[in-house]
Amino acid sequence: MDKQRRKFLKIAGASVVAGIGAPAVIKLTSTPALASGHGTPPAHGEAPAHGHGSSEEEAPKGVRLGMVIDLRKLHAQPELMDNAIEACIEAHNIPQLSEEKIKQEVKWIWKMPFNNVFTDYSAYHVSKKVTEHPAVALCNHCDDPPCVRACPTQATFKSKVNGIVGMDFHRCIGCRFCMAACPYGARSFNWQDPRPYIKKYNPDFPSRMKGVVEKCNFCGERLALGKEPACVEACGGSGAIVFGDLNDPKSELRAILDKEFTIQRKPTLGTKPSVFYIV
Amino acid sequence: MIEKTLKGKPAYWIWLAFLGMFMAIGAACYIRQYNYGLGMTGMSRDVSWGLYISQFTFLVGVAAGGVMLVLPYYIHNYKEFGRITILGEFLAIGSIVMCLLFIMADLGQPMRALNVVLHPTPNSMLFYDAIVLNGYLFLNILCGWVILTAEKKQVKPPKWIYFFVYLSIPFAVSIHTVTAMLYCGLPGRHFWLSAIIAPRFLASAFAAGPALIVVACLILKRVAGFDAGRKALNKIVTIIIYAALLNMFFVGLEFFVGFYSNIPGHKHALEYLFFGLEHHGHVYNNLVPFMWAFVILAFGSIAALSTRAAKENDFVLGMSCLALFVAFWLDKGVGFVLAGFVPSPLHEITEYYPTMNEIGVTLGVWATGFMVVTLLYKIAIGVEHEVEG
Repeated sequence: MDKQRRKFLKIAGASVVAGIGAPAVIKLTSTPALASGHGTPPAHGEAPAHGHGSSEEEAPKGVRLGMVIDLRKLHAQPELMDNAIEACIEAHNIPQLSEEKIKQEVKWIWKMPFNNVFTDYSAYHVSKKVTEHPAVALCNHCDDPPCVRACPTQATFKSKVNGIVGMDFHRCIGCRFCMAACPYGARSFNWQDPRPYIKKYNPDFPSRMKGVVEKCNFCGERLALGKEPACVEACGGSGAIVFGDLNDPKSELRAILDKEFTIQRKPTLGTKPSVFYIV
Repeated sequence: MIEKTLKGKPAYWIWLAFLGMFMAIGAACYIRQYNYGLGMTGMSRDVSWGLYISQFTFLVGVAAGGVMLVLPYYIHNYKEFGRITILGEFLAIGSIVMCLLFIMADLGQPMRALNVVLHPTPNSMLFYDAIVLNGYLFLNILCGWVILTAEKKQVKPPKWIYFFVYLSIPFAVSIHTVTAMLYCGLPGRHFWLSAIIAPRFLASAFAAGPALIVVACLILKRVAGFDAGRKALNKIVTIIIYAALLNMFFVGLEFFVGFYSNIPGHKHALEYLFFGLEHHGHVYNNLVPFMWAFVILAFGSIAALSTRAAKENDFVLGMSCLALFVAFWLDKGVGFVLAGFVPSPLHEITEYYPTMNEIGVTLGVWATGFMVVTLLYKIAIGVEHEVEG
């Protein structure tokens, strides 16, 4: 990991995967000194305001993991986005379907034109720097996730420990109600056995069976081991993707949110996305 | 009473064999799908529900439509429906059986279906849908069977059954309301996110369900010597006309809201359904012929049902009701569910074409439903004939 930034993860407690075990505290801060500051509630009004001119703010309690994606940095170094996507595919045994099956593909984080990712932003006379470069889409790990509301078996759930919207692949019945409910198209279904399509098998993460839904899990399994999410790690020290606790006012993430103007995808829907973008 | 299904004319057995053949084809197709996965269907990441869920949605309506016979008879004491309420109840049983089969066919992991019961999740509309669908199925089996048994014994039905008969009326409304809520509570799906979905579903259900009962009555008159009576049929036609007009009115309101507000998200799905939606220089319009067929058949059948000919001529009545049933099947059993996925949340357009295997499963489920309805009607009419002696 990059030495200059001295990022590190401090994990108290056991696993955060699937919410098993003791409560975990995950932090990603810029300096070791700040790491000890965890637990102090943020001052009033520090929580980022959310869309639609609404005064409603998320109650900042507990850990809420989030992400800032700096599209300026990703545009400056286009290979970063490819590296991040590739790292995710390898970390999670994501099947790579052939071209004729592309309509039934599985993807957790992927490139798409800005206007597809941000459908609410006018495409008329928009700056060339955004139209000429792709944006990147992934699960927003919403604070109020419609997919979790729709799931009839709690196979998809929001972790009380860290706010990650996770999946229990063994409980999912494959009704795909969550796919209809997700306003971001972040969910994929295994229309066939994915295992023959895994390029390089990673024994540290389960492969899936046919008939279940899957999506980005913010690398819960890596966080449990004290690692950063695969896409964050793949961007090295570039700061193109910064991960951390949205409810921790001393986190690097919050420092960026306080400084930069960021946008979220479809904020008017009230889902309260935890992924922010700098354009 | 079940023994009544074992005796019949050759035409009866040929009909059962015909249905059995499609059931066998459906079963074979389903085994293929079960082994390979839902990749055997035309569904995709963008259009994640297809023919199965759209058939389910439509058939919930057919099941609910039976209440249009139960309600006038039991609440308003409209005696003319006395002979045919049982047909409404038995049609509801067949329809719910199809609904449940379509849901099972659509599950990626059908062996885990009981997770809905093992991990009950009250925030999911599917949880309530499972409750009301199974509840309505149970109520119709109970009421139909108890009342038919009483008729066979030529005694009055026991008083306690009326509690369940009256209970079945709000249940009929609830099955289609909750089914509408599967769709209309999802943020980001503009076409479905409309408070008029539930009323629209009910209106089309109260037209399509009774229309199928009229067709069934006319067939039974020819093949089984069962006459529902012209007065009863004409009264059903009145109900069908009003319900069908309401559905068309509600569709019109969707157009007004979309096109007068001029909000792109509210127009896209309607444009896709009725005119074709242009995207990256390509016009996506594979549902346009179906939707105009829906409009023409719906208004044509409403007009035909309003004529004197429909009141007097069985053939005109039967064809008009069939046309209306097909029209509302196109509306709800094809258009409504598929258009909700256009455009995708990422504003791309993927068109859906069902595969042969998928159509095979679908036909198999329909055949199963018709088989259930046929056997139940055979029992009901057998009892009727026995009583009339």
